[in-house]
Amino acid sequence: MKYSLTFHKVIVGLLVIYLLIPLVGTFLFSIAGKWDHTILPESYTMQWYFELFQDERFYDAFGRTLFLIVMSVGLSVVIMLPTIFIITVYFSKWEGLLQAAAMLPYGIPPIVGAVGLIKIYSDGPIQIAGTPWILIGAYFITILPFMYQGIRNSLSTLNAVQLVDAAELLGATKFQAFRTVVFPNIISGILVSTLLSVALLFSEFAFANLLVGGRFETLQIYLADKLNSSGHLTSAIVITYYSMILLLTGTVLKLTFKNEKKTVVSNKKRFLSFHKNTTLEGEK
Amino acid sequence: MRKIKKQKIYLLALLLPFIMFVIAFEIGPLVAMIKNSFYADDGIQVTINQYITIFKSKFYLQAIQNSLVISLFSAVTSVIIAVIAAYSLTKFSQKIQNRLLMITNMTSNFEGIPLSFSYIILLGNNGLFTLLFSKIGWDVFADFNLYSWTGLVLVYVYFQIPLAVMLIYPSYQGIKKQWKEASSLLGGSTASFWRHIGIPVLLPSIVGTFSILFANAMGAYATAYALVGSNYNLLSLQIASLVASDVALKPQLGSALGVLLAATMIGAMWFNGRMMRRIRRDLR
Repeated sequence: MKYSLTFHKVIVGLLVIYLLIPLVGTFLFSIAGKWDHTILPESYTMQWYFELFQDERFYDAFGRTLFLIVMSVGLSVVIMLPTIFIITVYFSKWEGLLQAAAMLPYGIPPIVGAVGLIKIYSDGPIQIAGTPWILIGAYFITILPFMYQGIRNSLSTLNAVQLVDAAELLGATKFQAFRTVVFPNIISGILVSTLLSVALLFSEFAFANLLVGGRFETLQIYLADKLNSSGHLTSAIVITYYSMILLLTGTVLKLTFKNEKKTVVSNKKRFLSFHKNTTLEGEK
Repeated sequence: MRKIKKQKIYLLALLLPFIMFVIAFEIGPLVAMIKNSFYADDGIQVTINQYITIFKSKFYLQAIQNSLVISLFSAVTSVIIAVIAAYSLTKFSQKIQNRLLMITNMTSNFEGIPLSFSYIILLGNNGLFTLLFSKIGWDVFADFNLYSWTGLVLVYVYFQIPLAVMLIYPSYQGIKKQWKEASSLLGGSTASFWRHIGIPVLLPSIVGTFSILFANAMGAYATAYALVGSNYNLLSLQIASLVASDVALKPQLGSALGVLLAATMIGAMWFNGRMMRRIRRDLR
């Protein structure tokens, strides 16, 4: 028995090392001074980070990315919350349609989505190709599956339909029922989907590159551009940006676990939904 | 009666923004792409020539073939690794399992351009491991080229593995300890347990995971773009250069390729959906 546990330890150990090596390598490179012909750096320095934090282009790109994320995630919350609520509570026969619309982006990679978007918006009545506005629309659709699943799951664990019925029986209006009963109970679920969406959009490159490219330089486009100039600077960007992603997902995990403790019954459901949420993060 | 009807109209009005966004940025572009794929290069004549061109062109057939091969290869490799690794994971205490899952989840966010860049640091011409191996005198890596098929496969497998582990891990929870006990009480060996019970129970989720990974690799763009640029003939890279490059703009041909890619993806996702339904029936 002991022998077999050692075997599993080796397997998992190898997996962890394999997964962490690229990160560690990038980190080493970002703090390396001179590193040309040796296996480990000859000297260490924070120079690359100083240089990065003095680069105005970095701040501009960062600001643009933030603008896009705030706009599209904000829009998504404002639009999806009432939509999902109204459809689950009052028009449940359309749920299938909503689900199909919300899950479709999983089947369409950005590279395909961009083809049609360019076609529609490069001429005709609405010419927004090449502007950030087209990206906001594209991002809204990109995060649709996350938002839908997150909000939908919190509504169903809450038994929203019965709650609203009860509230209305007691004399509340629809809006009151939503604002005072449903909303406070699903806010943490929404927060989780929001943060996951933010993390996803931070690393979005395909839409940004194809739809606007250098005309609206986001963090990822800046990164792609720097790729060919300074390796050390690029790794400093990668590490900075990845730390932010980690912070975000760390918060998500904390929130998810906190919710799990609160609602013991729905433990399994949440776990499954959490895993479903991570489904297509692979490459966006 | 009238009041209820009036209320329903207000509720429907609240759905309008969602419907508008879905039409403008999801359904609209898809329809535009499909329609555009049936036009000649001039955008006036209706024809199926674009599809004929693709199936007659060695170049585009090779792009499709390369994409299929790399997707199949990376999906199969990652699924095999994930099946073994996820099983080893289940052998640890719950606390350690959660930590390990956190690492997996963390690295599943490491993809696209930052990932390609990391691999350039590690295995590029002056990479950490390239130098290490040449110092040790390992000839295997002497003619290794990161910016080629082997390099692409390495990077694709890397971003697929965490995703595969996250997807396969929950299905091991479905295999109850009691089943193993029952099987050994009835005289079954460990091997026969896995052959007759374990693998058949896992199979739908393995196949489902495979189809997600396959689709994920088919649609991948950022990673390939950052690593090989246009040096390697991949479907996603070709679509990008046809619809958004400065050199060979052929949106109609790009649309036809986009339709083919989307069809493959939706096929894979549909297959995954069927497999998921099977798992649920098995577990409940």
